[in-house]
Amino acid sequence: MESSPGITTKPPRSSEHPSGDRRFKMLEATMKRLQYRSDALIEVLHSAQGLFGYLEEDLLLYIAHSLKLPASQVYGVASFYHFFSLKQKGAHTCVICTGTACYVKGAAQILEAVEQKAGIQAGETTANKQFSLGTARCLGACGSAPVVVIDDTVEGMQTPESTLQRIAEYLSDGT
Amino acid sequence: MELSELREIANQTKQQRRKTQIRCCTVGGCRSAQSVAVKERLEEAVTDAGLGDSVDVCSVGCMGLCSQGPLVSVESEGAEGVLYTQVRPEQAGLVVATLDSSTSQGEENGLVIGDRSHPFFTRQYPIVLENSGKIDPESIEDYIAADGYQALFRVLREMTPKEVIDTITQSGLRGRGGAGYPTGLKWATVAKMPPGQKYVVCNADEGDPGAFMDRSVLESDPHRVLEGMAIAAYAVGADQGYIYVRGEYPLAIEHLKKAIQQSRRYGLLGSQIFDSPFNVRIDIRIGAGAFVCGEETALIASIEGKRGVPRPRPPYPAESGLWGCPTLINNVETYANIAPIIRKGADWFASIGTEKSKGTKVFSLAGKVENTGLIEVPMGTSLRDIVEVMGGGVPNGGMVKAVQTGGPSGGCVPASEIDTPVDYESLVKLGSIMGSGGMIVMDENDNMVDVARFFMEFCMDESCGKCIPCRAGTVQLYRLLTKIRDGQATSADLEQLETLCDLVKQTSLCGLGQSAPNPVLSTLRYFQQEYLDQVKTS
Ligand SMILES: Cc1cc2nc3c(=O)[nH]c(=O)nc-3n(C[C@H](O)[C@H](O)[C@H](O)COP(=O)(O)O)c2cc1C
Ligand code: SF4
Ligand code: FES
Ligand code: FES
Repeated sequence: MESSPGITTKPPRSSEHPSGDRRFKMLEATMKRLQYRSDALIEVLHSAQGLFGYLEEDLLLYIAHSLKLPASQVYGVASFYHFFSLKQKGAHTCVICTGTACYVKGAAQILEAVEQKAGIQAGETTANKQFSLGTARCLGACGSAPVVVIDDTVEGMQTPESTLQRIAEYLSDGT
Repeated sequence: MELSELREIANQTKQQRRKTQIRCCTVGGCRSAQSVAVKERLEEAVTDAGLGDSVDVCSVGCMGLCSQGPLVSVESEGAEGVLYTQVRPEQAGLVVATLDSSTSQGEENGLVIGDRSHPFFTRQYPIVLENSGKIDPESIEDYIAADGYQALFRVLREMTPKEVIDTITQSGLRGRGGAGYPTGLKWATVAKMPPGQKYVVCNADEGDPGAFMDRSVLESDPHRVLEGMAIAAYAVGADQGYIYVRGEYPLAIEHLKKAIQQSRRYGLLGSQIFDSPFNVRIDIRIGAGAFVCGEETALIASIEGKRGVPRPRPPYPAESGLWGCPTLINNVETYANIAPIIRKGADWFASIGTEKSKGTKVFSLAGKVENTGLIEVPMGTSLRDIVEVMGGGVPNGGMVKAVQTGGPSGGCVPASEIDTPVDYESLVKLGSIMGSGGMIVMDENDNMVDVARFFMEFCMDESCGKCIPCRAGTVQLYRLLTKIRDGQATSADLEQLETLCDLVKQTSLCGLGQSAPNPVLSTLRYFQQEYLDQVKTS
């Protein structure tokens, strides 16, 4: 782990990324604050995903370079954790909790209804990139199960109908 | 800072309080039911009514009855407080109007009054949750006014590390993260390691689906966890702590961050705390959605920025943990018990609970039960008391079929065993475990093969893949369970299911694989007929 084969060039320590994308500047600031420590990788990935929405291959390489880590390790970590997404998400997201409390209160039926209506499976995004469907294992709001998160808003006590109604507009335009 | 200064802050905070307090829960489930808007409207209503001088509107943490949220309580000096449930923002004015005693109290106004004399509330014994729903989680002054940081003062100024560990040992406290390992013993092991860099870690990963106790404690009373960690650090000789919180809990992270900043500013974390030679720094590490990271060695790998993959133990983290240094890992609720034990003494704590399980336990009650939410009861309270008396049983007069405890590592306790006292040993005897305290009530409509399959799917998805029995075994078990559910299995498949359960249990490296078969085994034990009914007879 200490010696990183294949990476010999010095990481760019200036805040200028060739693309001129300002988000790199912000990412750079985060890494600087964390002193480019290799054990800060997960915080850096959190911050990168927050800025860019998902972790594209280029971005992972950039991070690997900056933290002086082998690209394989950065990719390995990014792909291990469910929180990190290596694919672009849709403009709107719907996350259905499939934890135990939600499960016994009928989360599977909600999931099935949405999958059918949207024509995609959990973990996928519609072709027009308007809508992504995901699942989560317990959001810690089990008291109001079943729970669905639509664009960061947590909605409790859901039914297939109520969820479909909430997401109808995101699905209507030609999916 | 001195104790007198701490008391001064407490007194000032109490004096500044107005005669009446309207408390609104703004965490967890209530927040997803618009409680923040309720609180804002309450503030406006108080101002509009010209009551700004006599009424406080406060944000507080969880009051327990989360499914009935948003919850609002009105407390006046010397008067029995009123609890309102399911308060809508537009009802804020009504709540404020009831303060004027000539106006009728709620009900005919359309406000729903919660029954505080219900066993759901009266049977509770709050230690961990004593401040929850009473203080503003974002105010260190509120925590200090509730005797906060006094235990830390006592420890740093009046006790040796050994005395602290002895107190925890004598209290009989056992880890609340699942296995119930004696906390004092764990502390003593870390303390015994040669001096040098040591760490304390708080496991706030709470991966068990259906459990939200840790989330609630962190959101409702974050300082209590920090105080417990600081005391632990002093006892074992550490000067750096990490709280590993799951990324799914943004509000818990926000409240913790704020709490850390506040205690640093007051000099209650940092260097030379209470003018003693003791220093401690606490940082947050955010998890990234992997259940296995709750396992202590995986959690350590994750803090180090690596994939959260477990490693064989020994060496235990107590000997070789973070970056190879001795590391104490405890659960959120375990740390939350520390300050009260120091304040009130080991004997007091040991007098609560059962012979081998001391103190209280916080449970999250969910699933097919009337009152869902959080409860804290003495160890040894029976499942019937929890589910039927406090929880109110299955809604609409349904029958409890089983109670699932311990999540994917646990099992289902059948209704026939509902009089079992809830403690570590009794649950193990029934083939389940206490786990972290998630309790999911199931009724006649739940199929137990389905439930077993549900947990197997969870373990299959969450297996880190390091060892084959777990990686491949959970997949095979899942397939077998699917086959049974679909009515395609034969009795040979059922036999294979049992053999495979044994194999995965015996040969997996970490707790995830070792306990993955538990839900299957426990449902086989109590609901075998359901399996047989779904197996082809010819
Ligand atoms: C797969 C797996 C997941 C676990 N998840 C958690 C968790 O989310 N929170 C927790 O406190 N302990 C969890 N544990 C238990 C921890 O490894 C550890 O025993 C515990 O944090 C010790 O703290 P305690 O002694 O205070 O209970 C998990 C264990 C395993 C095997
Ligand atoms: S038992 Fe499962 S989760 Fe644990 S180390 Fe092995 S593969 Fe990973
Ligand atoms: S199981 Fe869905 S929020 Fe907990
Ligand atoms: S979250 Fe509000 S009462 Fe529990």
